[in-house]
Amino acid sequence: MITASNYINHLRTEGDIFRNTQKIMEECEKINSEYKYFNCISKDMALEQAEELAEYQNPRKRKSSLKNKESDASRTEKKLFGLSVSVKDCLCVKGIESRAGSKILSGYKPLFNATAVERLIDAGAVVIGKTSQDEFGFGSFNINMGKGFEVPLNPLDIRRVCGGSSGGGAGITRKLSYPHLAVVESTGGSISCPAAFCGVAGITPTYGQVSRYGIIDYASSLDKIGLMSKEVSTLATGLGVIAGRDEKDSTSSEREVDDYESYIKKDVKKLKIGIISDTIGEGSAEYVREAIANAVSKLESFGVQSQKISLPMTSKYGLPTYYIISTAEASTNLAKYCGLRYGAQTQIMPQQNYNEYFTKVRTDNLGREAKRRIILGTYVRMAGYRDHYYLHAMKVRTKIIEEYKRQFKHFDLLLSPTMPLIAPKMKEAEELTPIQNYMMDIMTVGPNLAGLPHMSVTAGYEKGMPIGMQLIGNHFDEKKVLQAGNVVHNP
Amino acid sequence: MSSDMESIMRNARLELTEEEKRRMGKELTEILEFFSKISEVDVEGTEPSFQPVPIKGVLREDEPKEGLTQKEALANCASTKDGFIKGPRI
Repeated sequence: MITASNYINHLRTEGDIFRNTQKIMEECEKINSEYKYFNCISKDMALEQAEELAEYQNPRKRKSSLKNKESDASRTEKKLFGLSVSVKDCLCVKGIESRAGSKILSGYKPLFNATAVERLIDAGAVVIGKTSQDEFGFGSFNINMGKGFEVPLNPLDIRRVCGGSSGGGAGITRKLSYPHLAVVESTGGSISCPAAFCGVAGITPTYGQVSRYGIIDYASSLDKIGLMSKEVSTLATGLGVIAGRDEKDSTSSEREVDDYESYIKKDVKKLKIGIISDTIGEGSAEYVREAIANAVSKLESFGVQSQKISLPMTSKYGLPTYYIISTAEASTNLAKYCGLRYGAQTQIMPQQNYNEYFTKVRTDNLGREAKRRIILGTYVRMAGYRDHYYLHAMKVRTKIIEEYKRQFKHFDLLLSPTMPLIAPKMKEAEELTPIQNYMMDIMTVGPNLAGLPHMSVTAGYEKGMPIGMQLIGNHFDEKKVLQAGNVVHNP
Repeated sequence: MSSDMESIMRNARLELTEEEKRRMGKELTEILEFFSKISEVDVEGTEPSFQPVPIKGVLREDEPKEGLTQKEALANCASTKDGFIKGPRI
């Protein structure tokens, strides 16, 4: 399979970008008819973008008034020239239906691009569609679908789940025969989990590294935009494009963006890695523990030093802390969906008052898990319970962050499995209780709560299914995460 | 939780059928018990982290900027009248 970098260079210099994009769109339609990775395929937009990019290749055909010199410079600056990019349904793409996998946003066509999407388009990416997800991000398997949405199938075994909530993005990244970059989102592990289950590399940057402008929010102190691809080097290039201060998101960091691409090539031998021992005990399947041990040996053969460490606060209290905070924030974020300004709207009955109307639209259009999380979140914020749950959880979060920071005084990176098992079969996943579902996030909630950059790479295979390994870096240290992940990732 | 359920549903503008209330009530009790585990942690003297990284207040210059036009603002709205959003009676 051609590398993304050679593919982009080919398109930039002599490739027929329009014909190439047509072929990609045909393949997407074919894949989607069976695998259901897309909520919306944006064929017209993709071909329009391809046509515009073609102008940069051939000055004689150019319709715009760009001078030769300017267009050449622009073409070489477009680091992702012609690369197909899919966008998780919870990120706004101008003029393309964006629903966050929920019926309550039916028909909503944003008037703007999410900043991350805008930056990718400016860099020459071609947006091919909106990918499937659990409704509003509420799930770890991509089976908590909004009303009317279909479950996507694992690209390596259609009887198994993709992982969630960015299952569609992971699936198409793995299945598409062309190099691809999926723009995805994580709140508690929604990039790492599907990346692990579908066998792709998935990076979740530091909270604030990438602008959240244009996310259809799940939880505002936890949401992060990230990327998935078959190669770690593509993630490095893509992250360099989307990261950095955005005036439209006041929580985005002003820190200068590192040169991630140069870090990928650096020697890992001086890196010190802490292996989180709480994650490689009986809670993980034996084949997972074996794959992690092999990956550690591989890193050590490159000169990395490793040592076992423990995160008792995170391991024991990370899950309930995450679910209290995320449901509380989700219940306020979802309060805006009321059937008036956009999305699902129903006929207003003559004697109906506002509250009756809102209740009808929300009850009819939100799925079961969405209702469950809104109810939980409302409860933990209520007077009388707020101190016991919400405020207490925010203080435990501080202790979790402090626990990580203590380890980063001694280690460059921390390491754990991404998930305790390979992708389960659909039937097994559907039989789990809500709490058993939540427990699946045991390895991923920690770095998400602490806003730490982390990446899942493939460390091995079991019964043909990929086993994910997670690398966690200190705040804004994505470069080392990418550097080490590149050594381990086994596509 | 079950006694608070009615008030939560009113607050959240959601309705559940009796069967949904019954089933969800059980699930929620189990989840809340799981949530209560955090009370084992002594947080005396600990400040809450409402964000995971320090974020300082950022202001922009107090200069008017272009926003959405009225037409754009109503573009996704199904029920409008005379350039306003038409809603239910108050």
